[in-house]
Amino acid sequence: MSEVKNILLAGVGGQGIILASKILATGLIDAGYDVKMSEVHGMAQRGGSVTTQVRFGEKVYSPIIGKGQADILVSFETMETGRYVEFLKADGKVVLNDFEMPSAVILSGAAEYPTGVVESVQEKFETTVIKAADLAQELGNIKTMNVIIVGALIKAMGLQDLNWKAVIEKTVKEKFVDMNLKAIELGMSQVK
Amino acid sequence: MKKFMTGNEAVARGAFEAGVTFASAYPGTPSTEILENMAQYKEDIYSEWSPNEKVALEVALGASIAGARSLAAMKHVGVNVAADPMFTFGYSGVTGGLVLVSADDPGCHSSQNEQDNRYYAKFAKIACIEPSDSQESKDYLKAAFEISEKYQVAVLYRMTTRVCHSKGLVALDDRKSVEAIPYVKQADRYVCAPATAKRNHPIVEAKLVELEKFSNETELNRIEWHDKKIGIVTNGVAYTYAREVFGESASYLKIGFSYPLPMQKIADFAKEVETLYVIEELEPYMEEQMKAAGIPCIGKDKIPNVGELNPDIIAKALLGEERETKTLEADKVVGRPPTLCAGCPHRGFFYELAKKKNVMVTGDIGCYTLGCAEPLNTIDTVICMGGSISMGHGAKKAFEKNNVDKKVVAVIGDSTFFHTGVNSLIDVAYNSGNTVSVILDNRITGMTGHQENPGSGYTLMGDPANIIDIPALVKSIGIKHVVSINPLHLDEVDKALEDAFAYDGPSVIITRWPCALKRFTPEDKAEFDLERKVCVVVEDKCKGCKICTKTGCPAISFDKTTKKAAIDANMCVGCTVCLQACPFDAIEKAGE
Repeated sequence: MSEVKNILLAGVGGQGIILASKILATGLIDAGYDVKMSEVHGMAQRGGSVTTQVRFGEKVYSPIIGKGQADILVSFETMETGRYVEFLKADGKVVLNDFEMPSAVILSGAAEYPTGVVESVQEKFETTVIKAADLAQELGNIKTMNVIIVGALIKAMGLQDLNWKAVIEKTVKEKFVDMNLKAIELGMSQVK
Repeated sequence: MKKFMTGNEAVARGAFEAGVTFASAYPGTPSTEILENMAQYKEDIYSEWSPNEKVALEVALGASIAGARSLAAMKHVGVNVAADPMFTFGYSGVTGGLVLVSADDPGCHSSQNEQDNRYYAKFAKIACIEPSDSQESKDYLKAAFEISEKYQVAVLYRMTTRVCHSKGLVALDDRKSVEAIPYVKQADRYVCAPATAKRNHPIVEAKLVELEKFSNETELNRIEWHDKKIGIVTNGVAYTYAREVFGESASYLKIGFSYPLPMQKIADFAKEVETLYVIEELEPYMEEQMKAAGIPCIGKDKIPNVGELNPDIIAKALLGEERETKTLEADKVVGRPPTLCAGCPHRGFFYELAKKKNVMVTGDIGCYTLGCAEPLNTIDTVICMGGSISMGHGAKKAFEKNNVDKKVVAVIGDSTFFHTGVNSLIDVAYNSGNTVSVILDNRITGMTGHQENPGSGYTLMGDPANIIDIPALVKSIGIKHVVSINPLHLDEVDKALEDAFAYDGPSVIITRWPCALKRFTPEDKAEFDLERKVCVVVEDKCKGCKICTKTGCPAISFDKTTKKAAIDANMCVGCTVCLQACPFDAIEKAGE
């Protein structure tokens, strides 16, 4: 496979996007791909909008992409989807975690949380909507939300046959392995 | 063996493999993880957080003169602080290999400007090396130490955010032990009095001629021949973007050793290609030198010198290619600026400060810069590390001299106070200032992700350390009105501010409470009551006045239909600032 695939992960600081990206990247490396991943640290972590990019293929040069280049956008928060859809290819796919986190301007009443985001995204792109927060609650740990989303992404990309168990064992602490394995499988089951 | 590493992790690994025994830094995005990762090699490398970048570079210089391979790391604006020693060791040269890592931030992801530090190498007459990915970040660092020792020249190792914070696969090697160069007193070189400087200057000029010869020969400046219709001179991460856009339809001269530039190699490359592009992020550093040498090329006429580049920007600028994109309707996205965390000890202080009238607030660099944002909206200026106290002093003197009745409050974090704020406070005390300087002591360097500092009680390598007594320090400087308060107690904050305003002369308020995200030390646990009891809204007492939302806490939301506030129990740490702000006692501690 010579073509480079681009995945953009977007959400809010503190949602575990970096770990999610690391799980994905580790799986891709194990599968023999060249992988580049780009993160942003610092100011953005303080409740701001956060993105990472994962690129894989036979040989990857650039760690980042520009607008109109992502094959898949994975948004961990509903409204964040809208901020980054312009990075998608016109025929790109969206994995959307329908989970609203009001930003500071919304909390203070200066703005309202936008309505109809999911519908608008569905109209324009092939979209998989999941409710990872509810699923994480079912698993008994809200913090597994990020790994559930990774599971959904893996299935949406057709990568479900890689050895994700080995990846989870490598990327999370031992006592959280079982929980995260359940989470990743639950995520995969959400995508047909 | 290959490992998936950021550029910063790879630099630390490179230092280990290169036989480095000394490393220092002051944290700053995007450079911070270099020294954080250095600590794992503590068997072989001594590493430390220094209180500021000038000190970090000076201790590394001392280690180099003592014969050791040494590294100092900082963000681009940190090099401004460290520029003083840099310009003089530009003349004197170094003994043990000395590498100054400058992590630039094109796009200002976490910085107050996007200066291009390649110019510093040219200005200070030291070599410049630029890696473009994680593998090169490690390999070129090893080359940098060889060059530094061979030519007795310091190397400015210039990285950028996307090199520092992108991950790629890196092939690892073993550490090579390097004997320290035996110490010999060289006063004729290192005592940089005028006579020495006059002697050193022509020596460094001759050295630069040698370095340019090296630059023309080294594989750090490598040519990749493909189609010769287009030739591209490029550097750093921009090389990866250019490769992505042009593939094998262009030939490349990839510049890894960028000062002195390989002018002969560039001229020879230019002759072989029909059209020559220069693809570089930020300033036309290479383009200017090429044009001055009479080499026609196309660069900043088409490629922006503002913000960071990406493959898309280059494709659009040089090929006129624009990708099709789709966006949502404008009303589907609302801004998401960064905010102070739930339970942040700065919130209580800023909430009270925001109520004071006729006050100019000079701010500084750290999480508390966010006190500038709505709804707290308290800070008037933020320019540079340590600038709050001195700028406040200048403003107050100007107000007084021009008969303007205005109070001035300067706010600065503990780490930034140790960085350079302490010098500013000496100025206030010495020159009879009349400002209120507030040291927001959250017991850690917060913004960059919790690095130890001279007040935290531990070193980078995890050893227990002396703890600066801030009140005693401030008093010894000569400030007489000094109070320490808990910033989560709003009445204490209010009283401290009013007392300081009433006092005629310089005053200092120290707010002392640990960062809510910090891993608490045994000392923190002994000093502070850190038991987490979340706050809850008592619905029937809530009148919907929204005063609690004016604290700007991200755990508090307001439901417009029910007209009630709510607190997210997963986020709340029970700081009680909202509880104290509520005029109707409608917020309580859960279970009380």
